[in-house]
Amino acid sequence: MRIVVGHLYPGYLNIYADRGNIAVLDQRAALRGHELDVRSLGIGDPVDPDAYDLLYVGGGQDREQALVAPDLAGKSEPIQAAHASGVALLAVCGGYQLLGRGYGGRDGSFMPGVGLFPHETVAGVTRMIGDVLLECELDPGEKHQLAGFENHAGRTLLDPGAAPLGRVMFGFGNDGESGLEGCRLGRAIGTYLHGPLLPRNPWLADWLLAQALAHASGTDPQPLEPLPNTLEAEAFRIAAGRARKRGGRR
Amino acid sequence: MGVRLGIETMAARGVGALSRVAGRGGGTTLPGKLLWKLDPGSVDALGARLQQGSALVSATNGKTTTTAMAARILGANTRLAWNQSGANLLSGIASELVSARRAELGLFEVDEGALPEATARLNPRVVALSNLFRDQLDRYGELELVAERWREAIGALPDETTLVVNADDPVVASLADARPHTLRFGLDDPRHARPALQHAADSKYCIRCGTPYEYAAAYVGHLGDYRCPACEHARPSLDIAAREIELRGLVASRFRIDAPAGAVDVELALPGLYNVYNATAAASLSLALGASLSDVQAGLEAFSAAFGRFERIPTGGKTVVVLLVKNPAGANEVLRTLETGVPPVLVLALNDAIADGQDVSWIWDVDFEPILEHVGRVVVSGERAAELGLRLLYGGLPDERLEVEPSLERALDRGLALVDVGTELVVLPTYTAMLALREILSTRGLVRPYWEGERR
Repeated sequence: MRIVVGHLYPGYLNIYADRGNIAVLDQRAALRGHELDVRSLGIGDPVDPDAYDLLYVGGGQDREQALVAPDLAGKSEPIQAAHASGVALLAVCGGYQLLGRGYGGRDGSFMPGVGLFPHETVAGVTRMIGDVLLECELDPGEKHQLAGFENHAGRTLLDPGAAPLGRVMFGFGNDGESGLEGCRLGRAIGTYLHGPLLPRNPWLADWLLAQALAHASGTDPQPLEPLPNTLEAEAFRIAAGRARKRGGRR
Repeated sequence: MGVRLGIETMAARGVGALSRVAGRGGGTTLPGKLLWKLDPGSVDALGARLQQGSALVSATNGKTTTTAMAARILGANTRLAWNQSGANLLSGIASELVSARRAELGLFEVDEGALPEATARLNPRVVALSNLFRDQLDRYGELELVAERWREAIGALPDETTLVVNADDPVVASLADARPHTLRFGLDDPRHARPALQHAADSKYCIRCGTPYEYAAAYVGHLGDYRCPACEHARPSLDIAAREIELRGLVASRFRIDAPAGAVDVELALPGLYNVYNATAAASLSLALGASLSDVQAGLEAFSAAFGRFERIPTGGKTVVVLLVKNPAGANEVLRTLETGVPPVLVLALNDAIADGQDVSWIWDVDFEPILEHVGRVVVSGERAAELGLRLLYGGLPDERLEVEPSLERALDRGLALVDVGTELVVLPTYTAMLALREILSTRGLVRPYWEGERR
């Protein structure tokens, strides 16, 4: 089956090796006989809410993020429509911030976002940098751990009742205080974790692919054929060990 | 020298000698750390004693090599205080100032983050700034943040200070805009331009208006001959240019340096366009300090390599070629030198100590793909070997051509076993992996410890 991915601003938002996430989705789809068709969406390109099965937004340096923010906010309507129709979404770091209601700067400015995720981000004084380990339960009864690296000054505050991606075992997370990391809204995942995120967390890559395939085929998500994941497990083990040892230290 | 400074420097020298005797390494920063702790102002006082003042070099990539090249050029006629071992924080500079008692000129490479403090304390005659790439975001923060701190530091320098900048880097070049004494260098040979900006290219949007630059030639990352189609902001004209460049794979390069005073041809025993940048930077810095073009030529042609950046180490009829990699832009250039003759076996080593960057995501920004098709076998090693293995597998390296061996010593021996007698084994380590490999080779008596390197 063909899975169409809309990759937003790959020329601007690519700071934490976002192409690694795309490469993992591409290969793991191919190993199951599916084809990933990745299309770039740049500044000024219209988003057709019916054209994609998965949307991807990466992270950028402050300057690049500010350059795309107004354009992304202008794409709010079709992105929300796509999400409502069951399109999967992964947003990392800056992309995660920009998909919320907005970003409040220390100078009192407010940069409006897409308004998909129920959260707001405020600029903090110190950066939260380091390895992170989360516990996630995206489907009831299915607990998984997620290992990544965070580097952000923004504090993201989820609305009451909003679901995080996971609970912080080691590291800072959304705001360094709530013990929550990321946001999950239906088939949309937002997170500060890069590394990149998917190579060492193949279960999440497969979860996203299953959601995208469900949208492409108009069925419920089906489990994917398992892969060996030997090296992935080893990379996860070492990254998780780093989070235990040095995550969440200022 | 005041009495107090005298006692402090004597104490610091004693600690350096002790540290070497105790086998703790070169003692390159220990005495400086002591002095720095006892009295930070001593750096200002020791620096002020240098008759010919100081020159500073900073950049994301190439500062150690550029400084070492300049030392070759200038060292022929001048006694230098030079932080040769790459200890490039203020403590490392303090150490060198303590031990180089008879020096006339200070020549220091400076960590990007330490540049503001170094310029404030040393009041340099010349500051040479080469490039800013994304590097160790977990440690330095974003590129724009480093640029902003540099802008403030440069703005605070007196008018007499000469600023040497790489005109091919839009952000770095702009630092010279309001300065009265400047020297702008760059490359001018579009035959060596990349067909397109690389994936990890950084400052690719106009620094004035945000429009993507158009490149007449992009040489290394975002370095090149750029012009903004909207506001016309463009590369300034070059005072010093490298032209007629010939690259000879992993072996050498040849080029002409055009300067206001004339031109010289240079044969450089180092590979890669990035080393042509380093040589042009070193030439510009040396000319700014009063060196002649023939000094420049002689120094560059006598230059072999800076510590750990590029080394050939013979062992049992085979040669280990070590090329340091530490960030996407640098790694891309090293890989580019391999493209014309991809070696049959590669050893790649990734560590994640603070000096390597704890965030290893940068390996995904490196363009490994052009060599993955042609390489016969890759041994990945270091503490994050598995992560590096995933990078290559998801980049298209077939499973059966990958070996994962976290132990550096075993990976080195495995690589050596895989190459034929009379050929080379190419090893690309990150910084602490490079130190560990040198330690292994030095235990085997194959390389000298770095603090015993040539002094001049």
